[in-house]
Amino acid sequence: MAKTVEEIADAMFNMVKDAQGQKKLKPMDLTKAMVSIFGDEVDKKTCKLAIKQLIDSGKCVYTYFGGSYIELPHREGAAND
Amino acid sequence: MADNLPNTPMLDELEKGKWPSFVKEIKMAAKHGPMAADLLGQLEQSYNEKIGHWKHGGIVGVMGYGGGVIGRYSDLPQKFPNISHFHTMRINQPAGWFYTTKALRSICDIWEKRGSGLTNMHGSTGDIILLGTTTDQLEPTFTDLQGIDFDIGGSGSDLRTPSCCCGMARCEWACYDTMALTYDLTMHYQDELHRPAFPYKFKFKMSGCPNDCVASIARADMSIIGTWRDEIQVDQDAVREYADRGLDIQSDVISNCPSKCMEWDGKELHIDNSFCVRCMHCINVMPKALRPGKDRGATILIGSKAPIIEGAFLSSVLFPFIKIEPPYDMIKDTVDKMWDVWCEEGKNRERIGEFIQRVGLGNFLDAIEIDPVPEMVAHPRENPYVFYEEYYEED
Repeated sequence: MAKTVEEIADAMFNMVKDAQGQKKLKPMDLTKAMVSIFGDEVDKKTCKLAIKQLIDSGKCVYTYFGGSYIELPHREGAAND
Repeated sequence: MADNLPNTPMLDELEKGKWPSFVKEIKMAAKHGPMAADLLGQLEQSYNEKIGHWKHGGIVGVMGYGGGVIGRYSDLPQKFPNISHFHTMRINQPAGWFYTTKALRSICDIWEKRGSGLTNMHGSTGDIILLGTTTDQLEPTFTDLQGIDFDIGGSGSDLRTPSCCCGMARCEWACYDTMALTYDLTMHYQDELHRPAFPYKFKFKMSGCPNDCVASIARADMSIIGTWRDEIQVDQDAVREYADRGLDIQSDVISNCPSKCMEWDGKELHIDNSFCVRCMHCINVMPKALRPGKDRGATILIGSKAPIIEGAFLSSVLFPFIKIEPPYDMIKDTVDKMWDVWCEEGKNRERIGEFIQRVGLGNFLDAIEIDPVPEMVAHPRENPYVFYEEYYEED
């Protein structure tokens, strides 16, 4: 049975949370991981919507470090008070 | 001039001469806010020490967006507290950079209220660049800009703000409506513009004719350059008028033709259009006498970029000629297929031109279901990537 956007978003959030501070994940890394875990139960369009939901809800944010990544919201290392 | 200006002997040198000076402009901005004065101070220190004092922040956008804001922090916040945060915002420019004075005033008013007041019209990306604001002013600036119908542009690994020449609005050589295509692609690909999902950046640039005023062939991952496939329109009377008025047609036009497709017998200009490579030189020299043909469209090229991982690339031909007409389905279908392959197989920070070089143009064309044509060969005997199936059958 096809996974819902919410289910995919939850799985992606857990991946981002587990990787936080160790590995920066790009949106395509998350999409590929979901396809690898759930197989035919997900498609790229649903993954795209799941990422949008994660960002719009504020649970995750886009960051830049030579390329664009998805991370948990955090205080930037470079930020001044 | 404001009294609070720092002592900047090195920067002051850049005010001398007849040309415009960014130092002069920053000093003028310092009358209206403290950020510009600190900016001068830090820049003078950088010039003295030959060291940059900016840190790149990780902030990339406003809520929901993954691009359009470039985070900047000073590494001398105690000395220059007013530029402790100095984020840049890229704002999507109107196609062809046409504004009303009211729109420009509104942007400047917002930026004097929310930021340093300093702008860069326009950045090399084509966007309106608003230089210097604090983190807490990003969202209010975005809200204010939305109120006057402006949106943030692209940055990071997303579709960068599409840009174009002024096209049919001002140029008689435009072979298609660059502004219409730019607007259409911008609106169609809003998701890709605001939510980075690519291995690296991707740029569209639209030029109306082969003069390529936006230099798309050197700067865009997909260059859409206007051209024609029939004959150059010639007004022989006007050619003779140029000659009568002193233009040396043999020396200044015929001898400079890269494909030697023209002849001038002193009375008539003869062009063998089958050899014309659309360089525009003759048309540029005699604009009153020569015009692009009537059957107009564009050449679509792919893969140019500035040097980062690999060296600089120029775009190479993907479609030698296509008609550019709404709803531009052929372009969008091709772009979607290219992005699918590149996103799936591309490495981190690999531009599509580098990706094509790595996998080979033949494999790339196979993946996006386009047949190879001779025009795709950049140089004879340099990239023989076309292998015919019959060849293998004979073996």
